[in-house]
Amino acid sequence: MDISALMLSRIQFAFTVSFHIIFPAFTVGLAAWLAFLQARAMISREPVYDRLFDFWLKIFAIAFGLGVVSGIVMAFQFGTNWSELARRTGPIQGPLLGYESFTAFALEASFFGVLMFGRARVPRWFYLFACLMVCLGTSLSSFWILVNNSWMQYPTGFALRPDGVFVPTDWWAILFNGVVWVRFPHMVLAAYVTTSFCVAATGAWYMLRGSDRIEARAMIRMGLGLAAILVPLQLFFGHLTGDYVVKHQPSKIAAIEGHWESQAPAGEILFAWPDEAQEKNHFVVALPAPIGSLIDDGTLTGTVIGIKDIPKADRPPVLIPFFAFRIMVGCGLLMLALAWGGMAFYATGRLERARWLQWAIFLSFPLGFVATLTGWFTAEVGRQPWTVYGQLRTADAATPFLTSPQVATSLAVFGAVYALIFAAGTVYIYRMLRAGILPTPAHAGSTANPKRPLAVPGDSPGAPGGTPSGTPAE
Amino acid sequence: MITFWAAALALTLMLYVLLDGFDLGVGMLFGIAPDETARRHMVQAIAPVWDGNETWLVLAATILFGAFPTVYALLLSAFYLPLLLMLAALILRGVAFEFRYKSRRLRRVWDAGFVGGSYCAAFVQGVTVGALVQELPVRDGLYAGGAFTWLTPFSLLCGLGLCLGYALLGAAWLCGKTESDVRDLGFRLLPRLLLGVLVFLGAAFAYALAMNLRVLHRWVERPEMLVLPLVGAAACAGLLYAVRRRNDALPFPLVALIFAAAFATLAASFLPYMVPFSVTVKEAAAPEASLSFMFWGAGVVVLPITLIYTLVVYRVFKGKVDVAEHYD
Repeated sequence: MDISALMLSRIQFAFTVSFHIIFPAFTVGLAAWLAFLQARAMISREPVYDRLFDFWLKIFAIAFGLGVVSGIVMAFQFGTNWSELARRTGPIQGPLLGYESFTAFALEASFFGVLMFGRARVPRWFYLFACLMVCLGTSLSSFWILVNNSWMQYPTGFALRPDGVFVPTDWWAILFNGVVWVRFPHMVLAAYVTTSFCVAATGAWYMLRGSDRIEARAMIRMGLGLAAILVPLQLFFGHLTGDYVVKHQPSKIAAIEGHWESQAPAGEILFAWPDEAQEKNHFVVALPAPIGSLIDDGTLTGTVIGIKDIPKADRPPVLIPFFAFRIMVGCGLLMLALAWGGMAFYATGRLERARWLQWAIFLSFPLGFVATLTGWFTAEVGRQPWTVYGQLRTADAATPFLTSPQVATSLAVFGAVYALIFAAGTVYIYRMLRAGILPTPAHAGSTANPKRPLAVPGDSPGAPGGTPSGTPAE
Repeated sequence: MITFWAAALALTLMLYVLLDGFDLGVGMLFGIAPDETARRHMVQAIAPVWDGNETWLVLAATILFGAFPTVYALLLSAFYLPLLLMLAALILRGVAFEFRYKSRRLRRVWDAGFVGGSYCAAFVQGVTVGALVQELPVRDGLYAGGAFTWLTPFSLLCGLGLCLGYALLGAAWLCGKTESDVRDLGFRLLPRLLLGVLVFLGAAFAYALAMNLRVLHRWVERPEMLVLPLVGAAACAGLLYAVRRRNDALPFPLVALIFAAAFATLAASFLPYMVPFSVTVKEAAAPEASLSFMFWGAGVVVLPITLIYTLVVYRVFKGKVDVAEHYD
């Protein structure tokens, strides 16, 4: 494969997987949120939970649909663009991704149908069961993806055959190692935090404009309350994730820390502009030693490895992991401040008057997405030039006979299609959020149950005057 | 173990063809629906299940990846451009289910994507089968052809044939699932589409004879395989009878039987090859450790459960689409 086809394949994979991860990051949390709301609605019989459920189900439908279609692409790309990777690591990655589609994809896809269309056809307990199955499915999906990706970060439990094929020798080690069980919670927490902030931001939006008062308060309380507990937990798991990088991936941690020379004890660089050509940093803002050593290995004298100690052929690009990591941590700290500050104001009854804080919460909705994406950039770009760390180089993993025009075509097609559906999906979600909650009709048990996400009044061309949803529009 | 996964792969692919086949078919027929009521009716007939149906494609792809990684790597990279087309088509068609009800001005665009995507996905699937029957150039288990090797008159003919076949499945599904005008449309189309499929099969057979394709030799070697086309022919006759009697329940199972017969014929002509006629099932199989890891979890436990809850979901949505309940 020529160099530009390789580069284009990498861009295509990065683009399609980044596009895809946005939706699971949202729907994994949203599925849990819906199951929770459904359970609360069944127990407390307070209408606010039913209204919130109906409202978020419509949004879930769109995000889930986009997640499914962009996920199907991923199931094929390993073979189309990375056929050498597929051929050589297939005996390990294949079964893992196989388990993902068997246990997760099929489960969530089937019960999603019940969730969207089956409310009037099944008893309430079965409906809750369907919610839980969708929630379980999305979480299992993240689990297998993280097992698979963790194996690429920290390959273990295999033997290399003479023809270059990775043969599994110890599945237990592949499934139950410290790396998987740190990174999987890290990802699920990321999804839950992302969703919490989307819910809280929606509440803040309605509070700002003075609509849907009860729901707005409920969403801020539940969203920020959950975030106030989960964000610190997430920072802790983030730290554990950093620990595995320190232990197993010296080239990645060197790029993240941004020291060019190995140091013991080391300081911690807060900001800099790493210059790969001159192998030094400009505009350095750093904390003094031994803070870097303390963060990396918990001692006052630990060595923090420098980029120059990594052979040039094995170095990842420095800029992307260096900045992506800092953006991720920044978002995390900002979310912690918002969650704790917001809850403090809420608990003391001052939130409704603090419009500046409502604005801040409203504008915080992208933080979770940004943190998730930059976290993945750090992990994946930091792993370069390896696809399977230390074992298989990205350049050797690609489909050998693929040409640049082919990949350029596919990249252009994916770019155009994704741009179209992303733009439309965003507009439709925005419209539903803007329309608010109140127009939703009575539900649960009544025959006027929506069989599909409701068209917002006035949204359907068939209902120009804005017929109340749930009634025949034509 | 190898046999189990080859059978599981065949079952998964077969289910995919039957299930997504009918909803792709409905997607194609959506293009000739007379009015918006009929269109909503059609979408309603497949909306709860299409997502689950498409999952069988992903399951097939991952079984291939896990149990037969060399074939996964070989085929997916050999069909780079057609698969790209198919994925783009499946995306556009998948989002249309939600988007067509949400849009203000773009409904025509999403509807066009729905119809076009359905045709395109079906066509590409037919093309790949055709190219496989004609044989791909393979050297040492690696693909040795170019970007457009799959593009031949025969593969294009097969693309057309599968479009007709899926439309036949779709029409049969509509007969069973809907009432009034959409059901009548289904019954009107069934005989014509069946004729189209038979003409296609004749043409494909003639072409194969003319090109002296290796597939034909298998049929001479294994005359017992002729049972399968006979089953298919019997199902065709049954279908015509069901159409004349306007029986709602029979067409879909009969068309499914026709498909099963065709599928089994193809599979039997390929065996023991997985990529005809260069890579055998045995050569393609992953190491024992991979196969048994998948077998004890995904194979014996999850696959049966998946089949069960697929049945449960279909039961939940059994019966005719209620005209009154399909409005937004």
